[in-house]
Amino acid sequence: MFNYYLKLAFKSMRRNPILSALMITAIGLGIGACMTTITVNYLMSADPIPEKSQQLFYVQVDNWDPNNAFNDDDNSPPNQLTWTEANNLMAAKQAPRQAAMAKSGGIIEPGNQDALPFEASIRLTFSDFFPMFNTPFLFGSGWDDKADYAREQVIVLSKAINDKVFGGENSVGKTLVLSARHFRVVGVLDNWQPVPKFYDVNNGAFDEPEEVFIPFLLKEELELPSWGNTNCWKSPEGEGFKAFLQSECINFQMWVELDTPQQKADYLGFLSNYVNDQKALGRFPRPMNNRLLNVMEWMDDQEVVDQDARLMMWLSFMFLLVCLLNTIGLLLAKFTGKAAEIGLRRAVGASKGELFVQHIIEAACIGVLGGMAGLVLAALGLQGIKVLYGDFVDDLASLDLTMIAVAMLLALVSSILAGLYPTWRACNIAPASQLKSQ
Amino acid sequence: MSNNAQIPRSTNWEIGPILRALLRNKVGALLIAIQIAVTMTIIVNSVSIIVERYHQVQRDSGIDEDNTFYLSSLGFGESFNAKVTIEEDLAQLRKLPGVVDAIQINAIPISGGGWSMGLKTQAGAEFDAVGVAVYMVDDHGINALDLEVIAGENFSHSDITWREASQSSWPNKIIITKAMAEALFPEQAWASPVGKTVFINDVEPMVISGIIDKLQAPWPNWDRLENAMLSPERQNYDSSRYLIRTEPGRRDELMPIVEKFLADSNKQRIIKGMRSLTETRERSYRGNHALIKILSTVMIILTIVTGLGIVGLASFNVNQRKKQIGTRRALGASQGAIVRYFMLENFLISSGGVLLGAGLTIGLNIVLVEVLSLQSMDWFYIPIGMAVLWLVGLIAVYGPAKKAASIPPALATQTV
Repeated sequence: MFNYYLKLAFKSMRRNPILSALMITAIGLGIGACMTTITVNYLMSADPIPEKSQQLFYVQVDNWDPNNAFNDDDNSPPNQLTWTEANNLMAAKQAPRQAAMAKSGGIIEPGNQDALPFEASIRLTFSDFFPMFNTPFLFGSGWDDKADYAREQVIVLSKAINDKVFGGENSVGKTLVLSARHFRVVGVLDNWQPVPKFYDVNNGAFDEPEEVFIPFLLKEELELPSWGNTNCWKSPEGEGFKAFLQSECINFQMWVELDTPQQKADYLGFLSNYVNDQKALGRFPRPMNNRLLNVMEWMDDQEVVDQDARLMMWLSFMFLLVCLLNTIGLLLAKFTGKAAEIGLRRAVGASKGELFVQHIIEAACIGVLGGMAGLVLAALGLQGIKVLYGDFVDDLASLDLTMIAVAMLLALVSSILAGLYPTWRACNIAPASQLKSQ
Repeated sequence: MSNNAQIPRSTNWEIGPILRALLRNKVGALLIAIQIAVTMTIIVNSVSIIVERYHQVQRDSGIDEDNTFYLSSLGFGESFNAKVTIEEDLAQLRKLPGVVDAIQINAIPISGGGWSMGLKTQAGAEFDAVGVAVYMVDDHGINALDLEVIAGENFSHSDITWREASQSSWPNKIIITKAMAEALFPEQAWASPVGKTVFINDVEPMVISGIIDKLQAPWPNWDRLENAMLSPERQNYDSSRYLIRTEPGRRDELMPIVEKFLADSNKQRIIKGMRSLTETRERSYRGNHALIKILSTVMIILTIVTGLGIVGLASFNVNQRKKQIGTRRALGASQGAIVRYFMLENFLISSGGVLLGAGLTIGLNIVLVEVLSLQSMDWFYIPIGMAVLWLVGLIAVYGPAKKAASIPPALATQTV
């Protein structure tokens, strides 16, 4: 029966080719627009580390100005930490895993005389960074925790830098000159591009990870510059690099891994005690305002999904609505036009139910065809987004299997919904009224 | 039909019969009306967003963007001397034929990255500060950035000091924009702050030595975009940025020359990040340009879809009523009367649609303002949107109406 209905559906579509094409195009355009914007939003709001995003927490404490909140709107604590907090909280070792971090940069001088020196971005961090964020290694591994405090000049390279400086070979044990110091390579990462770049969203949530990774405390040793975002509510007391590190300026991030609610509660308790200790020392003039947000909560708080992307998604849903209304109207017209045929079929014995199924199948066929057109249009739309927004959206504009399934489902569901009312109307045609005019 | 023998010039518009016919096909009419309403909602809000973004893109940065570019010089190695390098570089760059002026600067307008401070008119942590973007330039800053000192005077060469890495103190002179002068001293004429003292870092005094016409901060989305100050400093940093202004039309010719010249003059540094202000503007406003193009495309496609939908439904209606139309023609209705009938029918449906659309448009705009903090739209977009959608409806229905009018009266005598 299904096959017969399919045949009838295609016959009926061919009978009004322009009308059918119009409906398929309308659904295609609606689905195409929606899929383009849903894909961008879906990738922007993706969970960058699904296996443990519930266990990783971003640490915030409020060392800000007594006269002005860091954020007037919602009184949230500052979005980064001072050097002092980064060091104190790390030294306390109150979480199973923890890593303070910062962004910096320096000049790499390749050993090869022909290769020119170049500037590379640096992530300063602790040894727990690599196991905590499950970074994939091509060669070697991260450094061990002794290197953190011994301030050893060890370095982990991104795949791209290893390709550039060492031609892609296993460089573990070799030496690299960074910021005029000799570093020993301990590991090379495989391709690693968390989307969004959740561990530090300061310079764009969809930036590339840094090119090299070195122990955090080398910041002080090598007086490495502060990249990313630096924010101060009062200027450093005294001059020089040391004064900056000891100031109330925030430029550092810290993540902790807490596996159970109990551990999280304990850590919050620890933070309260810590802040009280600091208050006793005359710091932290504001009310207690500590926060531990997990990965997705932090992404939400930092509004990593672009407002324009959300706007476009809303508009595209309205666009689909117009396309569906269009389809309902056209289907209605079409099925009404078939009244005589329906009346005849009813008269020769087809039940209302059978006619209903037949016409819903016809609507679904239009939906499936529209969905396929929509997928093609979505692929084009995403290409258009790449052209318009440039390289940085490359990771945000590709269709995956989930999205293709969503597109087909959306097309099918919306076309069947659009078909319901016209079909119901068609099935309620009284056979006699139509046969009379024949 | 009561008016079958009517003369075409008659003023009877047949509103009654049209309404009665509409009521018999409520759903069809309702579908078109809602479609018109939603289409209008999207289009009017889109136009309002496009206009808002267009104005943002059009704002003037105050500098000679067409003839300006910048690059970074990163010193490395033990023997690199930043002070000497910067002095030599600037002296040489200023001598290059085609270069109008060159300066070291800490941030680039429009680029998105910069340094902000707060200025106060009274010393003390308890007073409110006015946020300001800091540009550190020497006495050539005014010329290199193509600014105009509209009150007071430019820095002199002896005002210029060296800023060390991690230095937190400030020079004792400052030039601010007119917008900043008005923000600091709202009660006074914009030129009067010259010679007054303002405080940076809560308590450090700086005397306003001049006021410039206009200079944008580096952050295009900042709500106090024209709050900017010039600080008379060169930076003794290994990493230093130069901004170069060329004679009109010579920028592209000079960019590679300057890059090569700097790279060759000192092997203890690398030159990177060379970019024209034109490209910087394009990058910073790329999102706005993209949104404008996307929304424009959406508007056009949507209008076509809605238009075609009306054409499709109207054609079907015409086909359905072929016999009645033939009968009317046979009873003396002119072709014009038939066209008028369909146009009027559509006009009534569209009217319902655009009235509903006006409500939805305002509703969506309220949501957009609340949730995405967009600007609320100007009222006049709504009547314009209504008129446009009316017009789209009438154009779309004209074809089917013409077709209806061409149905021969003889059709009435045939059976379908």
